[in-house]
Amino acid sequence: MTNKSVTRRGVLKSGAVAGTGLALPTIFTASSAAAYTNEPTGSSVVLGFNVPQTGPYAEEGNDELLAQQLAVEHLNGEGDGGCMNTFSSKALKGNGILGKKVEFVTGDTQTKSDAARASAKSMIEKDGAIMINGGSSSGVAVAVQGLCQEAGVIFMAGLTHANDTTGKDKKANGFRHFFNAYMSGAALAPVLAAEMGKERRAYHLTADYNWGWTQEESIVASTEALGWETVNTVKTPLASTDFSSYIAPVLNSGADVLVLNHYGGNMVNSLTNAIQFGLLDKVANGKDFKIVVPLYSELMAAGAGENIKGVLGSMNWNWQLQDEGTKAFVKSFGEKYGKPPSNSAQTCYAQTLLYADAVERAGTFNPCGVAEALEDFEFDGLGNGPTWYRGADHQCFKDVLVVRGNENPTNAYDTLEIVEITPRAQVEYDPEHPMFAGGELGKCNSGA
Amino acid sequence: MLGLNKKDTSLLIVVALLTMLAPFILNPFPEGSAMAQFNAGYPDLMQRFVIFGIFAIGFNILFGLTGYLSFGHAAFLGVGSYSAVWMFKLLSYNVVPAIALSVVVAGLFSLLIGFVSLRRSGIYFSILTLAFAQMSFALAYSVLSNPKFNLTNGETGLQVYADDPQILQGANAPDLPHLFGLPMRSTYTMDLGAWSFDFNAGYYLCAVVLMVVFYLAIRIFRSPFGMMLRAVKSNQQRMNYTGLNSKPYMLAAFVISGMYAGLAGGLMAAMDPLAGAERMQWTASGEVVLMTILGGTGTLIGPVLGAGFIKYFENIFSKINDNVLHSWFSFLPDGLEDAVVFVIHPFIGKGWHLTLGILFMLVVIYLPGGLVEGGQRLRGWFRRKKKGADDAPSGKTEPAE
Amino acid sequence: MDAILLQILNGLDKGSAYALIALGLTLIFGTLGVVNFAHGALFMIGAFCAVSVQKLLNLSFVTLDETQKDFLGNPLKVETPYVQSWFGPEVGATIIDWSVPLAILFAIPIMLMVGYVMERGLIKHFYKRPHADQILVTFGLAIVMQEVVKYFFGANPIQTPPPEALSGSVDLGIMIGFDTNAIIYPIWRLVYFAFAVGIIGAVFSFLQFTTFGMVVRAGMADRETVGLLGINIDRRFTIMFGIAAAVAGLAGVMYGPLNPPNYHMGMDFLVLSFVVVVVGGMGSLPGAVLAGFLLGILESFASTTWATTTIPGINQIIIYLVAIIVLLTRPRGLMGRKGVMEE
Repeated sequence: MTNKSVTRRGVLKSGAVAGTGLALPTIFTASSAAAYTNEPTGSSVVLGFNVPQTGPYAEEGNDELLAQQLAVEHLNGEGDGGCMNTFSSKALKGNGILGKKVEFVTGDTQTKSDAARASAKSMIEKDGAIMINGGSSSGVAVAVQGLCQEAGVIFMAGLTHANDTTGKDKKANGFRHFFNAYMSGAALAPVLAAEMGKERRAYHLTADYNWGWTQEESIVASTEALGWETVNTVKTPLASTDFSSYIAPVLNSGADVLVLNHYGGNMVNSLTNAIQFGLLDKVANGKDFKIVVPLYSELMAAGAGENIKGVLGSMNWNWQLQDEGTKAFVKSFGEKYGKPPSNSAQTCYAQTLLYADAVERAGTFNPCGVAEALEDFEFDGLGNGPTWYRGADHQCFKDVLVVRGNENPTNAYDTLEIVEITPRAQVEYDPEHPMFAGGELGKCNSGA
Repeated sequence: MLGLNKKDTSLLIVVALLTMLAPFILNPFPEGSAMAQFNAGYPDLMQRFVIFGIFAIGFNILFGLTGYLSFGHAAFLGVGSYSAVWMFKLLSYNVVPAIALSVVVAGLFSLLIGFVSLRRSGIYFSILTLAFAQMSFALAYSVLSNPKFNLTNGETGLQVYADDPQILQGANAPDLPHLFGLPMRSTYTMDLGAWSFDFNAGYYLCAVVLMVVFYLAIRIFRSPFGMMLRAVKSNQQRMNYTGLNSKPYMLAAFVISGMYAGLAGGLMAAMDPLAGAERMQWTASGEVVLMTILGGTGTLIGPVLGAGFIKYFENIFSKINDNVLHSWFSFLPDGLEDAVVFVIHPFIGKGWHLTLGILFMLVVIYLPGGLVEGGQRLRGWFRRKKKGADDAPSGKTEPAE
Repeated sequence: MDAILLQILNGLDKGSAYALIALGLTLIFGTLGVVNFAHGALFMIGAFCAVSVQKLLNLSFVTLDETQKDFLGNPLKVETPYVQSWFGPEVGATIIDWSVPLAILFAIPIMLMVGYVMERGLIKHFYKRPHADQILVTFGLAIVMQEVVKYFFGANPIQTPPPEALSGSVDLGIMIGFDTNAIIYPIWRLVYFAFAVGIIGAVFSFLQFTTFGMVVRAGMADRETVGLLGINIDRRFTIMFGIAAAVAGLAGVMYGPLNPPNYHMGMDFLVLSFVVVVVGGMGSLPGAVLAGFLLGILESFASTTWATTTIPGINQIIIYLVAIIVLLTRPRGLMGRKGVMEE
């Protein structure tokens, strides 16, 4: 690499040197003149990419990071431009954001709220980041979102699926592109009914923490509305690595569907255990036994290997979609990194472009202006078809995918196949829906 | 001065200077220079240095003096954080009652756990404390955060919501943690030529607290009570035979170190009003053990050094990515640049754990007394060089065990 | 009744892993007096021996298939494992299918060597150092091992499926007169339990019935006296360290098909296995095994719906609760010896 990237600090430095040269008598100046937190004054602007780089979600975080680097390239007019060509808003010109070259800093969330806040703070306080993007868990998303609200920068959430992120913990400075547990339930239920019938008895295994609970609540509500019965809901400790003692009683419980409200390592292990116990080969209540994993991700599917064959679930986005935005992004990402992007990578990529676009349209980096530009913004061309950022709770609405583990994958990447693209209208809900009620968006904070 | 002998006084003064001037010391490189990546003088990290320093000093009072290795100290830190945030939620954002309560609650909690755990010694004691802490963690993470009885807010972490009572919160008081109106986040940035230094209100609060508790730690180390604790370490049985009951002393040491941990937890919440359950996990307890051993067990300054060392790696090394590497080595020819980046790559960014692991091993292999011994050796080496002869063994100021 | 039997099976199975790791830890502790925080990492390395064998057997050459396209529209790369082209597709596929059992042969020498190198290169220098130093250095080593594995294999779990013949489940219930589907149990879990019992039996009989084992036992009881008798106890202890590493490694190899290995699986077991060792009593091999199975069974019962509705959250804390109760009622664990690690 020969491009000598000029850091924002470098520019600041030269600026500061020139400044002190001019105004020598007042060396001790307090830099409180900025109109908002980390107002970019030089020729570049710094974005903060906060993703898990250590711990169980490191691969997920790595994929997000690759996508974000790609987005920065595209914003700066390098590479093939990716989704900039298909994006319905044409404010971005490939010359950075508002003419400032885009740079980025990275941090490690370790998938812990404390560590994530520490690294976000360091990016804001030390590196002058103007927005924070990424992450791979709802706990982290809510924690960092709160921090960004206090500090006065924009937060784009990355992979976070709990209802609370845009429900009771929503914040004016935070936006979520990813879908949520309620939407998973709303999208999955009709497909489940069509594939498995309306008289099913479901057994839930749920990771015992906030995300697991909201997902269980959503899935139970939407399947019971179909006529399903819930036999039992069992909470499993997050630290569990072996689920045999939770899986073993399932077959004898009178249930004929197992719903695994697990994610990451929990999901890989619980699904593997369920297959070991031969659940999918069994017949219960005169019906074939089925397993549902409401939230899928490509990396977890890869970890679960052959076990996911035939198992239904939902996803935010998949590289096999055929819209123009998706094709442009997959091509761009695939040619650069030699593999198709995961759905969390796509989320982070789209969020970076959306943020940049909002700044261009607002004409300022001021978080309040940016938030206003993002609120109730409708667009197309970043994948998933027409998309809406709802102003009332900063949740994004777009089509949701129902997917199934591919019975006959032809390569390492098509382990999931798209069963149905659930239209946006079907997954929309009222901002005051009981599963989301309780929080307040508050006012946007620019840190001034 | 203050009832300390000359050596301890000078140690205290050194610590005072270091903490007060930290914004300068930790930002030695000009803004924008390639080395600025290594600057640590931003508010959040400075606060962390000091807070974990307090935590480690407290831990050392137990472990360094008595040799009882507690593997559950993070529980007290977590309890302290939770009580501080609850004070924010119920009373007001003023940090004084929050910190006070966190110390009290952590003290009571450690009294309870200490009373039970101290019935055993050695590794049995370690496992008892570990078991209590892991139980607290599991309860905080899920059981105590169910919608009906939400004490900890689980995975997300306990935080202040707009609809919390905050009965004492004045109309004009800042809407974030403050000390009688001075927000903890307010920072004064001084630009001095190419350099820039941050002076943060919260940091200075922590620094003052650190000096107070450091002074207390010195007094404890030098007191008859401290002697008693050391006696426990060297031979508890013999001590018991002389008719002394060591139990109350042990319990007092345990509670004091628990209160230090609670204080650290309270300060953490005061700097950043969110308390996450991971603070109580065994990895967090393990971290303070590592800090203490790494710095130098049983020494006064060691734990603070160890805390700084680990936090520095966690926050600085994890942020160095390939882009930064390329910008450092961009002066090299292309092929060579890529080769250098390729070699360094596994050790930085997402590989910071690897670097930390290697350094743990190196320190403990070559410096059995931790970083403090490293410092002593350096000093001894310089002194010998000056004198030109190694007549006297290097001044052993601290017991380096 | 069937539910109880099922949870006992589960408990024995969980207990097998705990017992094997705790056995190795106690061997190291009892012989060398070293607290080995890298023992979980040895378990993990074992599991990754299986992953490596699987990868080696799957080493493939690439041919381009013009008739099929990959995700970018280029010709699909079809990979054929060398093993299949050498031995014919069927024999090759069978060899790959049996990669986990084959990995045992591979793992034994590797783990013995890892253990030997670790002891000679590092642990040896820490005999006389405080336990705290031993913890720090072995913990550092564990982090390094784990990061190296992460560097080569990534952070995602990797499936190591059991051989086709041993995958799936059997209906044990029918054999003893229950209804169908009452007691369904995976075959590989039964294999794992049998394997664990075999290893434990082998270690005990090795210590009990060989001269080597007798000397080691004497050394564990009183190292100095044995040394004074002119026996090179150090060399034997080094070998014991290798054996302990191999036990942990084999436990890891066989564990892969139960739950796919990832680089931090060792840390997940580390704390738990220490609790097991201490509950069993420091320095007692039978204690470690007994405590492993006991805690496994209790953990299984605590996760039943009946238990969690009676005491909410009991499944989260059972292990620690049991540890506290045992240590308060029996000062040295179930079968601990006096004076070991009590200072």
